[in-house]
Amino acid sequence: MESRKITVTVNGQAHTRDVETRMTLADFLRHDLGMTGTHVGCEHGVCGACTILLDGRTARSCLTLAVQTDGHAIDTIEGMAPNPKDKTAPMHPLQEAFRDNHALQCGFCTPGMLTTIIELLRDNPEPSADEVRIAISGNLCRCTGYQTIVAATLDAAKRLKAEGRKP
Amino acid sequence: MSAPSSPLRSNRVLRVEDPDLLKGSGKFVDDMHLPGMLQAAFVRSPMGHAKVVSIDVSAALEVPGVHRVLTRDDLLPHLATEFIVVGLPSPAYKQDINRPALSGLEVVHVGEPVAIVLADNRYIAEDAAALVMVEYDPLPAVGDPREALKPGAPLVHSSSPHNLLAEFDMGYGDVDAAFASAPHVFKESLWQHRGGGHSIECRGDVAAYDPFSETLTLWSSTQTPHAGRSVLAGMLGWEEERIRVVTPDVGGGFGPKLIFYPEDVAVALAAYITGRPVKWIEDRREHFVATTQERDQYWDVEIAVDDNAKILGLRGSIVHDHGAYTARGVNLPYESAQTVTLAYEIPAYFMNVKLALTNKVPVTPVRGAGQPQGVFCMERMLDRVARELKLDRAEVRSRNLITAAQMPYTKPLKSRGGRQVVLDSGNYPACQADALAKAGLADFPARQAAARAEGRHIGLGFANFVKGTGRGPFEPVTVRVDPASGKVNVYSGATAMGQSTKTMFAQIVAEQLGGDISLINAKPGDTGSIAMGLGGFNSRLAVMAGSSAHLAAIKVRDKALLIASKVLKLPIEDLHLIGGRVEAKSDPSKSITLGQLAKSVAGVAGFVLPDGVTPGLEATEHFVVDDMAYANGCAAVEVEVDAETGGVHINKFVIAHDCGAVINPMVVDGQIVGAVAHGIGNALYEWMGFDDNCQPVTTNLGEYLLITAPEVPFIEVSHHESPTYLNPLGVKGVGECGVVPTAAAIMSAIEDALKEFNVFIAQTPITPGEIVAKIEAGRKSA
Amino acid sequence: MKPPPFSYHDPRTVAEAVSLLSTLENPKLLAGGQSLMPMLNMRFVLPDHVIDLGKIDGLAYIREAPSKEGGNALEIGAMTRQRDIEFSELIAAKHPLLREGILNVGHRQTRNRGTIGGSLCHLDPAAEQVLVCLASDAIVTAAGPNGERAIPFREFPLAYMTPNLEPDEMLIGIKIPLWPAGHGYSFLEFARRHGDFAVVSVAALLDVDAGGIIKRAAVALGGVAAVPLRMDAVEARLVGQKASEELFRDAAEICRAIDAVADVHATVEYRQHLAAVLTRRALVQALAKVKR
Repeated sequence: MESRKITVTVNGQAHTRDVETRMTLADFLRHDLGMTGTHVGCEHGVCGACTILLDGRTARSCLTLAVQTDGHAIDTIEGMAPNPKDKTAPMHPLQEAFRDNHALQCGFCTPGMLTTIIELLRDNPEPSADEVRIAISGNLCRCTGYQTIVAATLDAAKRLKAEGRKP
Repeated sequence: MSAPSSPLRSNRVLRVEDPDLLKGSGKFVDDMHLPGMLQAAFVRSPMGHAKVVSIDVSAALEVPGVHRVLTRDDLLPHLATEFIVVGLPSPAYKQDINRPALSGLEVVHVGEPVAIVLADNRYIAEDAAALVMVEYDPLPAVGDPREALKPGAPLVHSSSPHNLLAEFDMGYGDVDAAFASAPHVFKESLWQHRGGGHSIECRGDVAAYDPFSETLTLWSSTQTPHAGRSVLAGMLGWEEERIRVVTPDVGGGFGPKLIFYPEDVAVALAAYITGRPVKWIEDRREHFVATTQERDQYWDVEIAVDDNAKILGLRGSIVHDHGAYTARGVNLPYESAQTVTLAYEIPAYFMNVKLALTNKVPVTPVRGAGQPQGVFCMERMLDRVARELKLDRAEVRSRNLITAAQMPYTKPLKSRGGRQVVLDSGNYPACQADALAKAGLADFPARQAAARAEGRHIGLGFANFVKGTGRGPFEPVTVRVDPASGKVNVYSGATAMGQSTKTMFAQIVAEQLGGDISLINAKPGDTGSIAMGLGGFNSRLAVMAGSSAHLAAIKVRDKALLIASKVLKLPIEDLHLIGGRVEAKSDPSKSITLGQLAKSVAGVAGFVLPDGVTPGLEATEHFVVDDMAYANGCAAVEVEVDAETGGVHINKFVIAHDCGAVINPMVVDGQIVGAVAHGIGNALYEWMGFDDNCQPVTTNLGEYLLITAPEVPFIEVSHHESPTYLNPLGVKGVGECGVVPTAAAIMSAIEDALKEFNVFIAQTPITPGEIVAKIEAGRKSA
Repeated sequence: MKPPPFSYHDPRTVAEAVSLLSTLENPKLLAGGQSLMPMLNMRFVLPDHVIDLGKIDGLAYIREAPSKEGGNALEIGAMTRQRDIEFSELIAAKHPLLREGILNVGHRQTRNRGTIGGSLCHLDPAAEQVLVCLASDAIVTAAGPNGERAIPFREFPLAYMTPNLEPDEMLIGIKIPLWPAGHGYSFLEFARRHGDFAVVSVAALLDVDAGGIIKRAAVALGGVAAVPLRMDAVEARLVGQKASEELFRDAAEICRAIDAVADVHATVEYRQHLAAVLTRRALVQALAKVKR
């Protein structure tokens, strides 16, 4: 099988690996780097569970080859909370808002929702409920009916504004 | 029997599941990696029906990185029976049609597995699966259940005498007499379709065999680990002890994950045969063809009413698409037929139900399990009555709804387990009135007229439902204080798949054991930690496992106080549990932790236990209840229909519901809203299509439409609480309730919006194109 | 659902890419990947070679330049991401129809990666960018072993999802002659869900004189047939007439005669009906946007 050496910066840390050229970015993150926070739900670019940030912009990691990301920067859900290993440390305001608003049930779509909403809040720090619904229209959730995800996003926008923070 | 709710139990408690899931450190089955693990891909039937002539795996085996390809012949030597027998018992069966672990003789639906390929990774496994050469001899297939029951129809299984899988009648009263003398009889034919489960995480297994202990462990994204262990043990001819089934985090269940599948058997056996751990993760395309679905029911029904719209009787027949095998049994159409009458006083009822085999993937419950169809039938018929008799739709319901004063109300029906159906509690008319008030019924006629003047078509619709929840007979729970950590572990076969089961346990157990939720460590869904269990389905866990946890926690609490009184030499009355310790009310400096208490009864060789105390700070409870707790509610919806495009926009959705006492209102809201969204999808978007050769035509998420955020309106939830007397918590199940009335309410609203075109909707789902066709037909007939 | 084995190439120049296209057996170009990758994952396409265009410089641009045909044209590089089109102030000001169309393309995540060139070559009959190019008389430029070739967009779709490109040619740029400032425009589509491919979509452009007479009209329909359709008959019915709802209704009725396709989402009759309804609505909307 054809492979290539690539260097990818994930959540600020550089990783150099030989990858099979046909491997998707989702599988590379999950299986080669062991970063299983990014989930795979459909592998044809519809469900959005595998959404990551590629050079700061959301992308479906199932529709991106790992080899295409050589030299690029990727952010995943694992990089969101300041101290992910510390169970009591506060998470990112968006994560906190998700918890406080019950914006997740099974949690499987959550990584893609969070990365998608991070980009939304960077583009549009004070979105309306309708704008949130459009922004997450490429992310399927079978549990929540989306209502609490919308509420959590609006809540997070408020928190970030109050803290004077960028998402 | 119902206990008053406590601050901890009825509160909006944040979920214990969330921090891990939010940080990407959840542990789903595909997140597992074991050393030496092989990855599996299945070779599946591309045909709806065919004889398997030969299977040639040689080319596949030559692919570098491929280790084994197993077919039926490779599995048979290890199987006591090759059949997965999972059908619930019923006298209605005309034939037993059980799935084999791998099909090797005759394939009966597209997607049926015929071989499992084991390779270094999934990429290679898929490469090789494409090279397994299976020669098929095509046989005629039948997909429409009505066609399947006609004489001369193609046989779904060439060895079957016919395609009638089961048939039963349900009913009571003299229905023929009721119809014979009725002043009004209205008849309808309904087509009802529901789709797949489509949890965002598909199915998946990791299996490992340990030759040292001779045990097989299967980590599976399943709703029912204990049932899985039992089925697998039976098929392998092993003692159950040699098999452990564990559910890691599950990314949604919604019904289809409640049964045991051929892939589960094949993966487990592959690990046993190869001696290497094996992982199989279902992909979305497999989910479309290999995971069970709920599909078509065809109803012919008629209702008899008097001049005042009082129901005199209801009768009819249902043909139910069962799919190619029995994967759960007769329960689905049984629940459909039973649900029809629940909310209303119906003096006479009769329903004939036929389950037809078809060459399609088997049918099992999807969230709602046949009950949305029953409600749809009843509510559509009542709308018809209102229209024919020129009465208000709410008034027609009010004249027939069972009232709070009539509770408990005995229905002359038996549950599928043979128990009398008794509606335990609830105020059905109050829920209807509340939902309609919140939906703005009072000024709706004025708003509708104003909209119409602007050329817009808005409509208001609603539907009542009553749903059986908390299926028994039991769900055991063990509450055990860990002597080393002092943490309280909760074990149960109840599986968590997103419905906040761990939080539910934590709230209920912490309530008895000092109130600190962080001390509770709920570990549901592992056959290795509790002997028996049924699992998560039928909106049952808060009722069944919650009650067991409550009773077990009380026992542990009482025991902790007893031991503490011996150790601290204080009367029990002076002691109470705070946080993780027992403390003297009279002197808070005198206390002992739960961990120390557990150690004191953990036993030291040769030393006696404190006087009168039995070993271990733990308790297991099997709360048994045979009767269902009936939740109820009313959904009211306002839609706007674009009469030119057929597009339906939901302006407002209100659901007033009653699931008894509420353990966590935040979680209940989440369950209701999520289920309503599922129901909207069933009404307007989801459709699993097959062509005439039983080839599925909607096998990706671009063709099969799951509802997305812009299509879901804000859903307003109004809680009513009529605690049940059936369990100590007073709770009823809630997980499926939101689905049940939703399609019926939406169709009612669309009809109301289009009443000038005389549109009647007798189907679910309905597409924009079909709405336009109905408008055109209405225009022409006008 | 994993991609099949293939060799991966990432040329740095168009010439290198064309040379790979001409020499390799069974190659496939990878632009933004939002259509090709799902087809690879489902193994609907099995290329021996994948040529990634992502590392070629100079194929991502949006600019305005004088056009040979007179007036100015919008020039867009084939590898321009849909996101950049969406946020381009130049496009919003000069060719708002394209911006309206692009807002209906997939979702944020797919627009971040997807390219206009990729969409045009994939040529889904319901694709929004395809429709806008057809309505706007775009001219696309293909590069091949013998140099560049300009193709009027009307001649670009040959058959269902088949662009007018030789096996060794690749699309490098799109030129869209601009309509005069103040023209009317409308992009409407009926999709089952937000972001879905349209069941039927329509792109309309109108130029109306001070007396309300239609000087020029362009109407294109997507999703109705195997290829996107330029509705010459509708345009002919409009031009020279005084714009009115009656005229638009009358012209739009022509769409009911389209040889439409059926699929799991819609029948032939429903597509014809939607084509007429949406065309009328688009013309009404376009007229309302005319600024004189």
